[in-house]
Amino acid sequence: MAKKLLIGFIAVIVSLWFLTPVVLIVFASLTPSSDFYDPHKLFPTKLTLDHLYKLFVVLDGWRATLNSLQVAGLSIGLSFLVGLPAGFALTRYVFPGKNAFRLSILLTRSFPMMIIAVPLVVLYLKIGISDTLTGVALAHTSMILPFVVLITSSILSGISVEYEEAGMIFGLSRFGAFLKITLPLALPGLAASAIFAFIMSWNEVFIASVLTLINRTLPAHILNTAMTSPDYFKFAAGTVMALPAMVFIFFTRKYLMSMWGISLK
Amino acid sequence: MAQVILENVKKYFGQVKALDGIDLIVKDQKFVVLLGPSGCGKTTLLRCVSGLEKVTSGRIYFDGQDVTDLPPRSRNVSMVFQSYAVWPHMRVYENIAYPMKIKKYDREEIENKVEWAAKLLNIHELLDRYPAQLSGGQRQRVAVARAIVLEPAVLLMDEPLSNLDALLRVMMRSELKKLQERLGTTTIYVTHDQVEAMTMGDMIAVMSAGKIQQYGTPEEIYHKPANLFVAGFIGSPRMNFLEVEIQRGKGEVFFISESVKITCPLKLSDKLRDFPQKRVTLGMRPEHIHLSRVESGYPLRGEVYFSERLGADTIVHFKVDEEKIVAKIPGDVILEEGGSVEFFLDLSKIHVFDPKTGRSLV
Ligand SMILES: Nc1ncnc2c1ncn2[C@@H]1O[C@H](COP(=O)(O)OP(=O)(O)OP(=O)(O)O)[C@@H](O)[C@H]1O
Ligand SMILES: [Mg+2]
Repeated sequence: MAKKLLIGFIAVIVSLWFLTPVVLIVFASLTPSSDFYDPHKLFPTKLTLDHLYKLFVVLDGWRATLNSLQVAGLSIGLSFLVGLPAGFALTRYVFPGKNAFRLSILLTRSFPMMIIAVPLVVLYLKIGISDTLTGVALAHTSMILPFVVLITSSILSGISVEYEEAGMIFGLSRFGAFLKITLPLALPGLAASAIFAFIMSWNEVFIASVLTLINRTLPAHILNTAMTSPDYFKFAAGTVMALPAMVFIFFTRKYLMSMWGISLK
Repeated sequence: MAQVILENVKKYFGQVKALDGIDLIVKDQKFVVLLGPSGCGKTTLLRCVSGLEKVTSGRIYFDGQDVTDLPPRSRNVSMVFQSYAVWPHMRVYENIAYPMKIKKYDREEIENKVEWAAKLLNIHELLDRYPAQLSGGQRQRVAVARAIVLEPAVLLMDEPLSNLDALLRVMMRSELKKLQERLGTTTIYVTHDQVEAMTMGDMIAVMSAGKIQQYGTPEEIYHKPANLFVAGFIGSPRMNFLEVEIQRGKGEVFFISESVKITCPLKLSDKLRDFPQKRVTLGMRPEHIHLSRVESGYPLRGEVYFSERLGADTIVHFKVDEEKIVAKIPGDVILEEGGSVEFFLDLSKIHVFDPKTGRSLV
């Protein structure tokens, strides 16, 4: 009993530690500017959606949000199109250089984006896709793809080959067996990793800022506009950035845990 | 229902010769068991027949049709996997129905056949469950039901009973065998359990190191092992082997070692007359060494050094001079360790092998 209390106590402390800033940010974003700058008020006396409205409508935040969604969607689509077959090959087949391949996938993550960004701008200018969403999506794909390859390979390796082989014995082609047997079994995990990929793209700010001027994604847009605005705007921007990710993670936490091999029990 | 013929089938994984020239004829409606130690290539052979594995060379025929290059789905084979591979995202009903659904049977026919298979395997009340809600034995039944629902030409089973407890295994053994006889499906069954092989198989192919060592009925395999490997692999406890020299007297042949001098039975001596080498290996099964005097029994006097009482039988390890011999005698017999005993070896049941090639000489 005492042990349970202690664990509960620690859990509360940890939760407070992580949640307090988030709650403060959300509150700040809803605080009217008069209250915000009043040093005698720790908590606002009334709440307003004014800042969020301004951020979205006046400062063109809605367009940036749409851009972000497009970029995320496109990069998820691209990285699964390439990454899923690659992950499948990594788990199901033996081929020369397999380990080197796996390692090189990891290595691509060791290049800081800043180093790649500038040559990328030059390249994009040459081939005419600078300041386009496609360009940003391609860059995000390069960031997400290694993750997708490794994660899908680990998800697929958790699904016995024999399910697939049984499918082939009972009348499916190899591809059919993958589609009808393996994919449904992998779907929860794949969905979780897609959402994780979404968050990676949604939160990415550096490449998006460097590669675009007008067609900015939400974080790049915020960096450009809100950060030169009053503080409550910054908090409003923070809320807008953080909430979707948190909601997604909350609803998929079970799959995310299993994806990373963490067991809740 | 089909006759299966394998012609010099080889399968190499890089340097590993998993199958090294397999010739095998499985007659229509027969139950053939592939038996052998771990890693001898049983699963690989089964997978080659199913089409899941491509052969390196050789040909496979079903009823005269060359299926070597056909994918599994075009071969009309079914398989029961060792892990059962019952699809976890489908209910039992859907699992059994799925092979028919893929082949686009109409709904009524599917329902009838699933009903039929479920009845046959006694899994009626499980049809609405998911595999996760089944026990190992029930899952195994579902796997078998799924495998027979389309009445395949050839049914393949890879150690389907190895994950069951001993009691269930014995029960399923006879059930599977009865089912096969009823359906008359040509069946290839992999196991490394010799009791399973002896009780279920119409024919047994004993394998080792990618080769078939002997192919015959259970009686042939037990009574006339073709070589040292088969002799040693079949039977429990293992056959005793004794290195002896052949000595030819007037009309008689003797087997001589430091500890024994055995007069060779006439039946054997004819066959050994022209054998050029001096040395042979004698094989004698523990169950052919008796405690009481038998006709044509050769007395083995020695000292007990260990005995295992199994209840129904007693396994006695004893030494004749330096030669260690194991006997299996019926009943619960108490023999004092270190005490001297006299056993009688039934000479009509001994085997003689060429120690160089391992081949049986009789
Ligand atoms: N995919 C593979 N790649 C490389 N070698 C393999 C592969 N599959 C099997 N082998 C090798 O081929 C040989 C035969 O394997 P197989 O699985 O057929 O044995 P088995 O008789 O079924 O054994 P067990 O009774 O343990 O199941 C083994 O030496 C094994 O290591
Ligand atoms: Mg095997």
